[in-house]
Amino acid sequence: MERAELGHLIDVLQREGREVVGPIFRNQAIDIGPITTEADLPIGCVDEQERATYRLTRNGSARVFGFSEPAASFKPYIFPQRQRIAAFRREGRGFVDEHHEEPIPRLALFGVRACDLAAIAILDRILLEGPYVDESYRRRRESCFIVAVNCAQPGGTCFCASTQTGPNCTFGYDLVLTELHAKGNHRFLIEAGSPDGLEILEHLELSEPTDDDIDFARRQREHAADSMGREMNVHGLTELLNDNTQHSRWDDVASRCFNCTNCTLVCPTCFCATIEDTTSFDGKQAERWKRWDSCFTLDHSYVHGGAVRVSSRARYRQWLTHKFGTWKEQFGMLGCVGCGRCITWCPAGIDVVEEIEAIRGSDEKVREEVDHG
Amino acid sequence: MVSDLGPYLAEHPILEGMRPEHIQLMVGCAENVRFHPEEYLFREGEKSDRFYFLRHGKVSLELYHPKGGGAMVVQTLGEGDVIGWSWLFPPHYRNLDGRATELVRAIALDGACLRGKCEADHELGYEIMKRFAHLMEKELQAMQLRLLDMYAPTH
Amino acid sequence: MHQLTEPAVDVAPSPDVMLPHRFRIDKYRKDTADTFTVDLVPVNPDQPFMYQPGQFNMIYIFGVGEAPISISGDPATAPKLVHTTRVVGTVTTAMRGLGVGHELGIRGPFGRPWPTDHARGHDVVLVAGGIGLAPLRPVLYHVLANRSDYGKLVLLYGTRTPADILYQRELQQWRSRLDMEVFVTVDRATPGWRGNVDVVTTLIPKAPFDPLNTVAMICGPEIMMRFAAIGLLKRGVPANHLYVSLERNMKCAVGFCGHCQLSREFVCRDGPVFPYDRVRDLMMTREL
Repeated sequence: MERAELGHLIDVLQREGREVVGPIFRNQAIDIGPITTEADLPIGCVDEQERATYRLTRNGSARVFGFSEPAASFKPYIFPQRQRIAAFRREGRGFVDEHHEEPIPRLALFGVRACDLAAIAILDRILLEGPYVDESYRRRRESCFIVAVNCAQPGGTCFCASTQTGPNCTFGYDLVLTELHAKGNHRFLIEAGSPDGLEILEHLELSEPTDDDIDFARRQREHAADSMGREMNVHGLTELLNDNTQHSRWDDVASRCFNCTNCTLVCPTCFCATIEDTTSFDGKQAERWKRWDSCFTLDHSYVHGGAVRVSSRARYRQWLTHKFGTWKEQFGMLGCVGCGRCITWCPAGIDVVEEIEAIRGSDEKVREEVDHG
Repeated sequence: MVSDLGPYLAEHPILEGMRPEHIQLMVGCAENVRFHPEEYLFREGEKSDRFYFLRHGKVSLELYHPKGGGAMVVQTLGEGDVIGWSWLFPPHYRNLDGRATELVRAIALDGACLRGKCEADHELGYEIMKRFAHLMEKELQAMQLRLLDMYAPTH
Repeated sequence: MHQLTEPAVDVAPSPDVMLPHRFRIDKYRKDTADTFTVDLVPVNPDQPFMYQPGQFNMIYIFGVGEAPISISGDPATAPKLVHTTRVVGTVTTAMRGLGVGHELGIRGPFGRPWPTDHARGHDVVLVAGGIGLAPLRPVLYHVLANRSDYGKLVLLYGTRTPADILYQRELQQWRSRLDMEVFVTVDRATPGWRGNVDVVTTLIPKAPFDPLNTVAMICGPEIMMRFAAIGLLKRGVPANHLYVSLERNMKCAVGFCGHCQLSREFVCRDGPVFPYDRVRDLMMTREL
């Protein structure tokens, strides 16, 4: 597909009645927001990410996806920060269900990286594939069309190659793009991953990729996998973390952590939510709202009488141990997709890769292999 | 009469696994006793050397409290329990009232007699101390749990 | 892999598991100074509702919120529901203010039940502390209704004071039965109390049951459950025959909201009833 056809793809999606959301330039960063034309895309933007560091520059390049993972994930579009889940009206000594149904937009998630695709798959596992189904998530999720993009530009805090969730998109998309930009040649490789994707392809002007295109894409993929900003040994993390609940590193990290909840807010897989009840002034109407919650708050573990996780140490331990350890016991997969956002956006500069390695480096449990050896 | 108490002592949970010759030494200080409901096994302030292996019935350990004319029940004990520590430590005064709340059958041990035998046979003394220390540890732990007031309202 | 308790009854799922069903308060009783019991009937009489002993409901009070509360009635009388609860927060305080005829919302039943299947053919020992008797009462009803399926039935129940004893009339009835044993003790006696005075765990060594052939279900404050488990293990009850019921913050009750996590466990979904050996270490890890 020629570069010029990209705008056409956005048009086609909109003509299908979809609201397109994808990477945009907002608040000095690349965020996820509405896209009506290709001009909304942060063309030529390059980001620099490190712990507690995010810097965006425009380098004048024509590259469309020349940046690494955006500051925000697509999570808010399938799992809103705040949503009304029920409304009731008082009637006598009882109440009736107002049967409200929030309108669900038909979305096209545009420019989804492999890490965020993996994150969506994790949320699917939790909210759709367990014994219960989250209806509001299901409705949102089913209405999504996904245009993924193979990541050519991992950032300084990225480690999706370690978590085996990227940088290439292998599943979970309707269409996937590979940007080919070199020596004046600017094209996209576009592949369908679903019947819906194939249908969209029919509306586009496409040409067969050349062998050079395919070779370039392969080399770009390999290069991306080799240029991860970070590397994490994910072997045996569940056992490591479960066996080190009393590790002194928890005190160390707690002394740096502000409990600001940033990491949980930027994390594309954090799914904790709380329910808020509201009433109208006359007491006749009541609503139930679901909103994001964070295990870094005291309220999160509140049982009558007080919170279970009172110390910052316990709350950080809960987050890290869940994400990298118990998540696997619960859902059969890591809770981390290696996107690095929690490292970039932690104001204290806490780096999960470093924390995990610190614990591994002074594992307080003598491993069985050592025992028998 | 006295020789009949051996098997009863031997089957008391506290003395489980005790060597027969040690049981026999204890039997020499033992006596079969019964108390009717409302009868006191002992009273606070009494000088007393006796302690009891309870075989049947319930005993209430109480402290008199002037308000309301009643007594504060500190603890109740029953079958399989041992009552009385005062024989172990001088000056051997009771700190509590022990009241039978039902018909109580017990084996009473003469503390002075048993102390004498323990002094003479430290192996017997060690056996008995071990068992009493264990008993005290269990009682202490139960007290600690009660002190926590686990079921207290939380607000 | 650890053994789980039995799966929950297969109930036709609500189209939206987050939407409560309306129930009406049919009876209201004050049990003790800070506990009360409500009997609930579905507003829609066709509403199917089955549950197993140990399961809980999310009870919604209009405009106030929801709280997880265990079901304490007889499962055979479903869809009638009985909930005994202690006044501890905004929802239970508001609930206490309701009377007969008022409506509340029910989502449920949720969670894994007490192991009434595993217990079949065994002596059944129930150790309850304080309000912990409420979630265990459905087990008593179930065992008594299926008496020949079980061995001895023993209830060991401890409370703070005599005034805190729940279900006093029923306890009298159970105590007078020839096919079960009831032992009650209080931590602190008050004048007129003629029963046992000591912590509930002291009842364990003396209770009449065959340890090797016993399934024990323990419910109360976590410290009490830990020590009750130790007492039962000392008696010789196998560790994998002990069950406890845990309590954590719950907002959704279906494993979505994340609040009730205890390490790998979602207390709402994997519990609240757990095999003791599965959660023993978790219960002893601070602030987990």
